[in-house]
Amino acid sequence: MADLSSNLAGIRSPNPFWLASAPPTNSGYQVQRAFADGWGGAVWKTLGTPIVNVTSRFAGLNYREHRMVGMNNIELITDRPLDENLKEIAECKKAFPDRAIVVSLMEVCEQKPWHELVKRVQEVDIDGFELNFGCPHGMSERGMGSAVGQHPDLIERVTTYVKEAARVPVIVKLTPNVTDVRFPARGAARGGADAISLINTINSVMGVDLDSWNPIPHVDGKSSHGGYCGPAVKPIALNMVSDCARDPEVNVPISGIGGVETWRDAVEFLLLGATNVQVCTAVMHQGFRIVREMTDGLNDYLDAKGLASVGELIGKSRDTITTWENLNLNYKIIARVDQKRCIHCNKCYIACEDAAHQCIDRVQRPDGTYDLVVDESHCVGCNLCMMVCPVDCIDMLEVDTGLPSQSWKERAAVAK
Amino acid sequence: MTFPGASIQKELSDFEVSIEANRCLYCYDAPCIRACPTHIDIPAFIAKIADGNIKGSARTILEANPMGASCARVCPVSELCEGACVYNTESDTPIRIGDLQRYATDHVRDRGIALFEAGTPTGKRVAVVGGGPAGLSVARDLRRYGHAVTIFEAHEQLGGLNTYGIVPFRLATDVALWEAQQVLDLGCEVRTGVRVGEDVGARSLVDEFDAIVLACGMGGVPRLGIPGEEHVWDALAFIERAKMTGGAPGLGNRVAVIGAGNTAIDALTCAKRLGAQRVTMYYRRGEAQMTAYDFEYDFAKEEGIEFRFFCSPTRVIVEGGQVTGLELSRTSLEDGHLTRVAGSEFVEACDTVISAIGQSRLLATIDALGVAHDGGVVRVDDEMRTSRKGIFAAGDAIFEKGAREAMVVEAAQQGKIAARSVNEFLYG
Repeated sequence: MADLSSNLAGIRSPNPFWLASAPPTNSGYQVQRAFADGWGGAVWKTLGTPIVNVTSRFAGLNYREHRMVGMNNIELITDRPLDENLKEIAECKKAFPDRAIVVSLMEVCEQKPWHELVKRVQEVDIDGFELNFGCPHGMSERGMGSAVGQHPDLIERVTTYVKEAARVPVIVKLTPNVTDVRFPARGAARGGADAISLINTINSVMGVDLDSWNPIPHVDGKSSHGGYCGPAVKPIALNMVSDCARDPEVNVPISGIGGVETWRDAVEFLLLGATNVQVCTAVMHQGFRIVREMTDGLNDYLDAKGLASVGELIGKSRDTITTWENLNLNYKIIARVDQKRCIHCNKCYIACEDAAHQCIDRVQRPDGTYDLVVDESHCVGCNLCMMVCPVDCIDMLEVDTGLPSQSWKERAAVAK
Repeated sequence: MTFPGASIQKELSDFEVSIEANRCLYCYDAPCIRACPTHIDIPAFIAKIADGNIKGSARTILEANPMGASCARVCPVSELCEGACVYNTESDTPIRIGDLQRYATDHVRDRGIALFEAGTPTGKRVAVVGGGPAGLSVARDLRRYGHAVTIFEAHEQLGGLNTYGIVPFRLATDVALWEAQQVLDLGCEVRTGVRVGEDVGARSLVDEFDAIVLACGMGGVPRLGIPGEEHVWDALAFIERAKMTGGAPGLGNRVAVIGAGNTAIDALTCAKRLGAQRVTMYYRRGEAQMTAYDFEYDFAKEEGIEFRFFCSPTRVIVEGGQVTGLELSRTSLEDGHLTRVAGSEFVEACDTVISAIGQSRLLATIDALGVAHDGGVVRVDDEMRTSRKGIFAAGDAIFEKGAREAMVVEAAQQGKIAARSVNEFLYG
């Protein structure tokens, strides 16, 4: 049994699975249910000046038979009074003292309102703050959320305000709706953030109804861009987490967010440098109970790897991500089709023929059927055939080129 | 009165359709296309279902196969498209292509969506002899080429065996008639109740038309040549009556069916569904020699049919004008030689004897047109041209045991080829 406990900038939780600030953490009732199911922590749905929400609010992106591979929302921060939220936060902490309760905050970019909000909230027993500089819809039009997160200087300034008043660690939550996430991350670090969390949701229009021509979701025939999340955003989140984890000017712990649905996703975030993960869409799709599968799977994985604690995973793959110019030009893999497992759907053939390098041949057998055979001398090892194969019968094999490792950077230097 | 009991095909829910359509791999050079005699682009029609273009899906199907709605019900899919599906593995099951084809064609049928238009009139006139699957396929494509078409049909309604000969729980009359109507809607002249060679002279056809397509199918069940023969029912006539009227007065409780082909299975299961208690198949050869498809045989077993192999009928026993039994002799099959075992006769009590030992040839029609044939099988080349210039043939009229399959889907494909051939002949 591995040690799953987690410590993000001093915020301790029995496991690295937190609920992200979102609809599942809207109330004490929900958070207590989540803790009862085993969630290690929860970031309370953003507190601030209560707002009015619209209906409808969410939309799912389905791919064939898979529902909600992506999701977006146009819901705003909490629509309940601050007192009510604080009372419920205190009850949760009392009922589950070992869990991390972090409170998400949003305010206008002025020192006084931030000081007041921070002081008022930390009157109850909480473990940390998360500054919502990420929400891309609605609040950003009022100069909050991602409107702040898109300006490194504003991030720095507001973080400084909060740090002046806060007695608990401060996490800054970043928006992915920027060109290079390292700049806002550095702003947070300069402002004294104890940690950053990313990614918040991505600007998105989910779709248009082909019958009514209304946007999806629509509010009486109209919509605005919403925040996109769910399994489909994971690669974007991993890239941004990786960017921040490798940046010496950021240099604060990271809470990874974006498409985490299983323990496997969580392990990827940790390997690239996150200390813990936050989850929302998966809970919205499946309920709080999935955390049992996540902790169970993570524990078995650590045991299988012979690791005593989850902390040993953090950053283990961090330095495997580099720039293209550092990749070994002399590394070679080629595809090979296992004829025994092949079902002859020819999907690899047409993918290679039309979209790659025309190096899978259909070789006729005496019985008239075809074998799919890779022309190994021309295969560039792009992986496309393996990716389209529905039965996983294509393996990518390493080939010894007999050449020493040489990157583009090295080659260019030699040429000079 | 309608035929008792439901169709053997279950209506698919939208959910089932979506799951199944999305399961299709969209294979390249898909084996299912090659296995379909009409070469329907199956991955394409399924992809269109998956992306919500059901009308386009039906067009893909019916473009390649004018009988696509009936084929979705009667095709031996396990021998054809589904049998070739790459998902025939230990861990998977083939895509339900037939069911999806039924869904797509039902979509346009239920909504009265017309998919095809007649071509610009060419002024050429073509006579199509027979309004069954082959004739309708010929007519459909000839109209699309723009040729005027007159269909001569012996029955009162079009559709041939689809309308009259396939058991109602497999293919309902309304589907067959809808399919025929799609062809008529392109503007065909139809003369029903007319037998070419009897009611209409071949001479007048040759004079009146620029080309003739012989798609007359086959006739009734041939004679058994045993005493009491006059009391034996013709399997196709029995199915036709049951399908058209919903019943078969005088069928009785014990029914004996002679023969082991797909029509025999149809007669057996039809009798059972009409309420006969004990329905038994008698076949002079063994189980291994049965010509019915395996899935048809399995279906008959599920329906509670009994089977007696290696026995051949020798006499129908009639008492007071009523059939009371069938006398059979045991047979022996050695080195392909079938012989009756002397003195082995036995009697099976029954109320009705139905013969399904094949179909006779419509020699009157074939001979009237003067085309070469082998024992009633009209001789054609690969382009469906008969020995006589300007006369073409398709469907069961050219069905030759061992050479071609007597399937609706084959008839449809031959019809397509014949129409193309006629067009080339008229413009060649």
